[in-house]
Amino acid sequence: MSYIAKPAARHPQMPRNAIGLTPRDYEGSMSTLCAGCGHDSVTAALIQAFFELAVEPHRVVKVSGIGCSAKTPTYFVSEAHGFNSVHGRMPSVAAGANAANRELLYVGISGDGDSLSIGLGQFCHAIRRNVNMLYVLENNGVYGLTKGQFSASADIGSLSKAGVANRQGPIDPVTLALSLGATFVARSFSGDKDQLVPILMAGMRHQGFAFIDVISPCVTFNDHEGSTKSYAHTRTHMHEVVETDFVPLKAEIRTKYDEGSVKAVTLHDGSTVRLRKTDPEYDPGDRRAVLDYLGATAAEGEVATGLLYLEGTEDDMHSFENTVDAPLVNVPFDTLCPGSAVLDEIQEEWR
Amino acid sequence: MADHGDHGVNDFAFKVATVNGTGSASANGLLLQALFRMGIPVTGKNVFPSNIQGLPTWYEIRVNKDGYTARSPDFHLIVAMNPQSYARDIEEVVSGGWVLYDNTRELDDKFRRDDVNFIGIPLAEMCVSEFDGSRTRILMKNITYVGALVALLDIDMDVVKGMLQQKFSKKQHLMDANFKAIDMGYAYAREHYDCPLPIRLETMDATADHVMINGNTAAALGCVYAGATVGAWYPITPSTSVMDGFSQYCKRLRVDPETGKNNYCIIQAEDELAAAGMVIGASWMGARAFTPTSGPGISLMSEFIGLAYYAEIPSVFFNVQRTGPSTGMPTRTQQGDLMMCTYASHGDTKHIALFPANPKECFEFAVAAFDLAERFQTPTFLVSDLDIGMNDWMIPRLEWDDDYVPDRGKVLSAEELEEAESFYRYLDVDGDHIAYRTLPGVHPKGAYFTRGSGHDKYGRYTEGSAEYMEVVDRLLAKVNSAGDRVPEPELHQGAEPTELGMISIGGCHWAVLEARDDLAEQGLAVDYMRIRGFPFNETVERFLEQHDRVVVIEQNRDEQLRKLITIETQCPKEKLGSITYYGGQPLSKGHVLDGLAPWIPELAGGGATPGFADAASDTAVVEVAP
Repeated sequence: MSYIAKPAARHPQMPRNAIGLTPRDYEGSMSTLCAGCGHDSVTAALIQAFFELAVEPHRVVKVSGIGCSAKTPTYFVSEAHGFNSVHGRMPSVAAGANAANRELLYVGISGDGDSLSIGLGQFCHAIRRNVNMLYVLENNGVYGLTKGQFSASADIGSLSKAGVANRQGPIDPVTLALSLGATFVARSFSGDKDQLVPILMAGMRHQGFAFIDVISPCVTFNDHEGSTKSYAHTRTHMHEVVETDFVPLKAEIRTKYDEGSVKAVTLHDGSTVRLRKTDPEYDPGDRRAVLDYLGATAAEGEVATGLLYLEGTEDDMHSFENTVDAPLVNVPFDTLCPGSAVLDEIQEEWR
Repeated sequence: MADHGDHGVNDFAFKVATVNGTGSASANGLLLQALFRMGIPVTGKNVFPSNIQGLPTWYEIRVNKDGYTARSPDFHLIVAMNPQSYARDIEEVVSGGWVLYDNTRELDDKFRRDDVNFIGIPLAEMCVSEFDGSRTRILMKNITYVGALVALLDIDMDVVKGMLQQKFSKKQHLMDANFKAIDMGYAYAREHYDCPLPIRLETMDATADHVMINGNTAAALGCVYAGATVGAWYPITPSTSVMDGFSQYCKRLRVDPETGKNNYCIIQAEDELAAAGMVIGASWMGARAFTPTSGPGISLMSEFIGLAYYAEIPSVFFNVQRTGPSTGMPTRTQQGDLMMCTYASHGDTKHIALFPANPKECFEFAVAAFDLAERFQTPTFLVSDLDIGMNDWMIPRLEWDDDYVPDRGKVLSAEELEEAESFYRYLDVDGDHIAYRTLPGVHPKGAYFTRGSGHDKYGRYTEGSAEYMEVVDRLLAKVNSAGDRVPEPELHQGAEPTELGMISIGGCHWAVLEARDDLAEQGLAVDYMRIRGFPFNETVERFLEQHDRVVVIEQNRDEQLRKLITIETQCPKEKLGSITYYGGQPLSKGHVLDGLAPWIPELAGGGATPGFADAASDTAVVEVAP
């Protein structure tokens, strides 16, 4: 937690993006999370991603539920509207908001309690509905604000701070999202900004529901020995399956990868995601193979990370619902209201 | 023939008892519409089970030349098509009435009554010999009883055949079959019985300015006219047809002709919680959004309703009430959610609610609900019920003012924000308890953090007592100020107040009006006020003040309206009496008259009003101490 507010002054040498903004323009108010919280690193990565993509701050919509993760939208992009809704119900608020205004960039921040326990249903249905949004699950395996209860993502055998072992099987949001048909599924680690930033950028540009499970250790309640969501455990067992490079539209395509191991996916807006597989057997475009692979790595106690599955697609909730291209909030009332003559016609059928 | 009072021409009720899932609904709809087209005031009430196929179902049709549309207290003719329910159906017909039944199988003697006329027609036998296929035979049996009724009640055959022609204009074989069935039933009845019966119809001219529609369809059309673009819902009886209607009219009226794309978005949610979240999300963005549901749905949505109240997000909820608690009787009507809707959610909350009494008001109040929700930036409820929502009502034609401009409330535009020195979401700058609102994506200066957690008038997070109280005190003043903007109570009174007054709400209205007219005929004047909106305003207070004793008539066990009045007005509790009926059927005048007996000495002497013995047994009366 920072105790001193940063001055508003900008260093003249600070980098500026395509619309003339600096990274500071994407910051929010001071974090009130514990010092060293993984969530603050995710916030920093998000700020970097917004900056890199040169997003207009007021065209971003930040949504969250309840919990430590849900507090974080106040810590980035203060010029964007944010909605700290009710526990586990952020996906429905995001779906309704997106239904009304499809032009904005929706970023949902959730936690493992919010998405995998109280809000498991809404999380699943937002995936099925394919709401066009970036959905970040800050996963620490524990309830922080209520002081350290296991969450539904705690691994079997994981020890609580008091030394009690968890006996119930975890819900893995990555395999869940894959099985429900998500077209963008990633896992990363709050401590690995280099990996996280391009994935967040790709997720923001992806058409449809982009899901990122970020292991984000809780320094207060779940960072001890015996925890499988600690910094130490994650650093030791994390295994990057694919390296992600996000190439915005019109940007020069860098050729740092050997072409043979690179899979390039063009997104809806023309930008490109380049995925370099560290394991030649891995295919991030084959849903069933990815599920098998994740099962195998999990059995070995390994945490596979990277943009694990990606399908460039035009589909989202609006294509399912066949809504007009313009945001519904901008459709003029004259177009919406049929008027008295039509009412008379309709009532002839009621006679 | 036994006495059946003044019932006869254009003044009687009959009931068709059938088996759910046998296609009788369209035959009964045909009957109702035919009477309406003959210009005779008529209402239809569908009493159906929570079942897809097999259980008993009834359709009640009341014909009344004077235009009374409340549920009939008694039935003069039963069309008994369901042997499962013969016993209760035949028992229900008034003395001197008629029972039309299928005599393909002999009627068991145990069902016979000496004071009732039995009209046997071999419907099944005729249909088996004339039609092929079991499905056709079952369907045509319904049309055959319609044919018999055409003869027995003197329904205009040209009207009936005209409607069949209209319906089956593109399906010649169906039209032929229907005509054959109608003629067969008609001919048999004419040949074997004296037609018409003393209860019969005569063409009138009383429905020309009216239409026949149910409240859910009218409410759905109201949403289209109000400019609603987002509808989120989870299917639940008896509200499902609101979204069916919205979907149907949107497909017809809201598809962009150039692109073929929809100027609306209907989302079938995973549950009512999500439906409420979607409405709140869409409304937060600036769309007019709504969700139709019933009591169980409001229970589930309550957490979100509190959020919308506290974060001040306009949102429209339709509660088509059914019989609770819990699953209750999902296909029966009640007014059991008055308290829940007005105070839904934890903590101190209070909500605007509108109470339509018929489909016309469902249409009008649907539009008003969006205006009120956006003006006051708060959840607004349209509280209807199964009887209003799903039954066919004869109502005056709906009207639309093409100059209507939706009240979008106090929303700052990009230009206003550009010029504004500052913007604070919850600051009461105009002194009207309503703060200005901004919409996401419009302007960087409009950005704020919407939250259900404690916030001060600047929209900042707070756990400070004074800052918290300042905001919630404004919320109360804001919602209370809506009392002058909700539909005014409807008053029925003379120049001088009567000693006794009546108050009712929603669909109770029609039975109360009919009872009041009955009393007036006996020289007993009783003032009456129908509440149409919440919070209550001065008109409600004045009516309570002007009358020494006031009886509150409603359809729930717990006297919820009476309690609301004691909570929300200055009226002393002792002054309020109560008549409740909560058995799940629409109210009829018998319930009201029997309930009033303790207060009106002239009624008390004779006990129950003649002909209302049934009603007396299930009406609860709370006596007011003299």
